[in-house]
Order: sequence, then structure tokens, then C-alpha cells
Amino acid sequence: MGIWNLGIFFFLTLLVFNVGCQRDKAGITVAGSTSVEPFAELLAEEYMRHYPKIHIYTQGGGSTAGIEAVRSGVAQIGMSSRHLSAKEKDLYSVMIAKDAIAIIVHPKNPIKDLPLAIVREVFAGKIKNWKELGGKTGAIILVTREEGSGTREAFQKMVMGKEAIALEALVQDSNGAIRQVVSGDPNALGYISLGLVNEKVKSLNISGVEATSENVIAEKYALVRPFLFLFNGPPAGEAKSFLEFVMSPKSQKLLSREGLVTVLAKSSGG
Amino acid sequence: MEIKEIKERFIEKILLLIAFSSITILALITFFIFGEGLPLIWKIGPKSFLLGERWVPSQGEFGILPMIVGSFWVTFGALLLGIPLGLACAIFLCEWTPPWAGMILRSAIQVLAGIPSVVYGFWGLVVLVPLIRNFLGGPGLSILSGSLILSIMILPTIISISEDSLKALPPNYKAGAFALGATHWQTIWRVLIPAARSGIVASIILGMGRALGETMAMIMILGNAVKMPSSILDSARTLTTNIGIEMGYASGDHRQALFAAGVILFLIIMILNTLAIVLSRRRAG
Repeated sequence: MGIWNLGIFFFLTLLVFNVGCQRDKAGITVAGSTSVEPFAELLAEEYMRHYPKIHIYTQGGGSTAGIEAVRSGVAQIGMSSRHLSAKEKDLYSVMIAKDAIAIIVHPKNPIKDLPLAIVREVFAGKIKNWKELGGKTGAIILVTREEGSGTREAFQKMVMGKEAIALEALVQDSNGAIRQVVSGDPNALGYISLGLVNEKVKSLNISGVEATSENVIAEKYALVRPFLFLFNGPPAGEAKSFLEFVMSPKSQKLLSREGLVTVLAKSSGG
Repeated sequence: MEIKEIKERFIEKILLLIAFSSITILALITFFIFGEGLPLIWKIGPKSFLLGERWVPSQGEFGILPMIVGSFWVTFGALLLGIPLGLACAIFLCEWTPPWAGMILRSAIQVLAGIPSVVYGFWGLVVLVPLIRNFLGGPGLSILSGSLILSIMILPTIISISEDSLKALPPNYKAGAFALGATHWQTIWRVLIPAARSGIVASIILGMGRALGETMAMIMILGNAVKMPSSILDSARTLTTNIGIEMGYASGDHRQALFAAGVILFLIIMILNTLAIVLSRRRAG
């Protein structure tokens, strides 16, 4: 009996190890920001469909980890969802898209415009009723993303600063879920990627600036962050060909369909 | 003869291998959950993990009390609605149902059990949540909506196991009660239900386990706020939805804390299952 059990154990171990060791294809690693990762993954899949011999491995870990990875050579391409600091400027960076965050309310909500500072106070739980903002009486229902989400991180950094998002806020785990909740609740206030705003919700002007892709490109709209690809020196080889693929009009169109603002001159926003 | 015996032994070993592999997977999962989760519980202290009221992973605050309380209220609400309804249905199926109605009811209950939880969640989000928001106030995504949906989800478990245990009673219990002049209702209430009590309790505990473990529908309906709920119209977060909603991007301590919440959930479910097994054994014996 003992021998048999041992055999079974080895069999299972082999099985586990086999699954772990599939990295035999030639490939490049793209690592960094978890906000950029899903888009990079999508593009990598597209790319691998066109060039089946190349495998692109995408990894998360955050922008800083991505910068480290590309500097140390662990990754050929780093992903960052923030601008590089002065010390990091030695890396070669290419902006592949911009991501803007829209503050959204129910279409019937009479409020059209909020200053950034007021948005911060509302999300911090200091302003609790729409009446205080000039709307109808009703408790403001905050809707936020879950901890760890790149969109939440960006919102925290660009809007909240050092303030914390109120614990009463409802938490939804995707842009779509936030949109669903806000579209059904006249008292809700949430934030999603600009490209995913549709007719079921209304995006607020921030300090008088309308949330449109034109304003994002013109750098008038405040809640924008860049999505960067980083290289250790000028891109070459497979990394270069993937970058070219990402910057092609077709891929850029794909990105804008997924909710980003393209960096190409002729843009089509949502 | 020799070959036959070898063949026999071979088949036996193959079956043993299959049986063991499923158990091995269970063992691996258990080891993994505890291995990942326990270090964090020790690191921040079991007390501040279990009784901490703030869950802010980005600032290293891992208190799961709001989630435990959320799980408790949602499950309690589901049982409050599910037990009377389920039990009434089981009794009706056992005692009064004409055969044609029994057939319709039983297949309807099977359908109820077969609906994926995401469908329950979606229905709740689109139909129930706006109703509660419009008529009772609050965000609508609340403990009340969660409990209502869960009570429907646990009905099949409660009904089928309770009905089985009522049916398994010796017929002379009923005959004896009738012979003593008891009415049908008196027989059910005073004789049959007490006799089938352990099976009914087991069904309730299994339903409770189902309610505690439900994730997808609850993510959609509860609103997931990490605040101590103060009324049934408040949003809440359960232990399972906390894992489900945050696992996507969690890393480091945050990821470990989710496994640690899994450890607590694992222990609660183990206790419930053991209870259910002990109680249903007592029925058999």
C-alpha cells in the first residue's frame, strides 16, 4: 500500500511541475502597472494571433515594479500608469494611450459641474447630501472601486490626495458595475474610465471643464494619467515590433473601444 | 486465474488512485489556504484580525469584523425567511400534495436549485434592488435584498432534505397518532416534526452553509461597503464577497489577508458541516 501511495504522490508532483514549466517558446516579458496590464494582455493576444511563434508574457506588480523590471532586464517592456520621476527619466518611454477618469451621476441629477475640491470632500464623506451641492434633497450614495484596482489608485492620487475614501461607499469590482449602479440610482456618485461613459450615466464637468477626449488630448481635463511603455534604451527586436503593433491605428482603435483615449492625432472617443 | 487476479488488483489500484487524487487536491487546497493565511493572522494578531473594525489593505489595516458581522446578518436574514417557507413546503409536499401538484412542485424546486447564482444576482440587482430603494430608501444594495435572494437560494436544500427526513419516518408514528385521536395537523406538529427534527436541523445547517458560501450573487447585490452595517437597509460585505471582490489585484500582505479570511470561513464551514453530519447520523441511529 505504501509504495502505491508514494507512486501516486510522484505522479501528482510531476503533474504540477509540468504545468509550471511551459516557458519554452521564444518571447518577451511585459511587466508593470496593473492598470495597463489588461490592455497589454489584450494587445498581446492580438499580436500572438498574428505572430504565433512569439509569446508575450504579461505581468502585473505595479508601475514601480515595472520600472525596476525593465531596468534590471527582467522585462523587455515595462508598463507605467504614471509619469516618470526625474530619476527614472533615463528610460526610453512611449505613451501608448491616455486614461481619463470621469465622475458620473444619474442622468436625472440636476448637477452638471463640480470643482475637484468638492468631489474630494464628497468622497471623503464630509458632504453627505445633494442639497449641500445645490441638488435635490437626498443622501449621496458613493460608489467606488475595490482596493487594489488601478482606477481606484488613480482616483485616490488625482482626486483624494491624502484624504481617504469614506468607508460607507459602495464597492463595485468593475467600471461596468459602477456604471450599472449609478445608472439605476438618482442619488449615486461614482467614477469610471472616460471611454466607458454612455447615455445611461452623465459625466460631470470638473471645475468647468467637460470630460471629453478632446479636452483630454488638449490637456485641459484634470483627471488624466498616461499609460507608458518603458524600454531600457531604444526599443529593438521583438519589443520594437510589439511597440509598433501597439501604436498601429488598428490597435489604437481597439484601445479606444476598451475605454482609453488614443494618442494618435485623429481620435475617436467614447 | 492468475491473470484475472492481476486484472482485479489493477482495477482496484486505479480506483484507489482516483479516490486519492481527489483527496490530495482537498489536502493541497487546505494546506495552501492555511499556509498563506495563518502567517498574516499571527503577524497582526488573531484578536485585531478578528475584532478589528477597519479593513484598509492599502494602509495595512486588516480587521474582518465588519465582514463577519455582514456574513452573520445576511445568513441570519436568509434563514429567517427560508426556514418557515422551506419547512412549510416540505410538510405540504409530504402530507397534502396531490401527486400532480407534487410533480410540478418538485421539478420547480429542482429548477430553483439549478439556476446559476449569477442569474439570481442579476435578477436581484435589476428587479429587487430598485424596488427596495424606491419603497424603503437607502441604496437598495443592502442586507435586506441579499437576505431575500439568499433565502430563495437555500430553499431547495431545506425543502429536499427536510422532506426526505419526514418521509423516512416509520408509518406507524402517524398511524399511532391518528389512533390516539389526533388531528392531521396535531400529528404533524406534535409527532412528525419532532421525530424528524435532526434531519430538519441538518437541512437548515446545510442551507446555512450554502448561504455563508454564496459569493457571486452577493457581490452583485450587497453593495460591498466595508462598514459595520447598522440597519438592514445598509450595504454590507461578507467574508466570501471580500475575497471575491479584491482578489483580482491583491498582492503581498493584502493577498495573504484574503487567504486569512478564507481560513476563518473554512473553519466556520467545517464546524457547520461537522454539525450537520453528526445530526444526520443521529437520525439514522
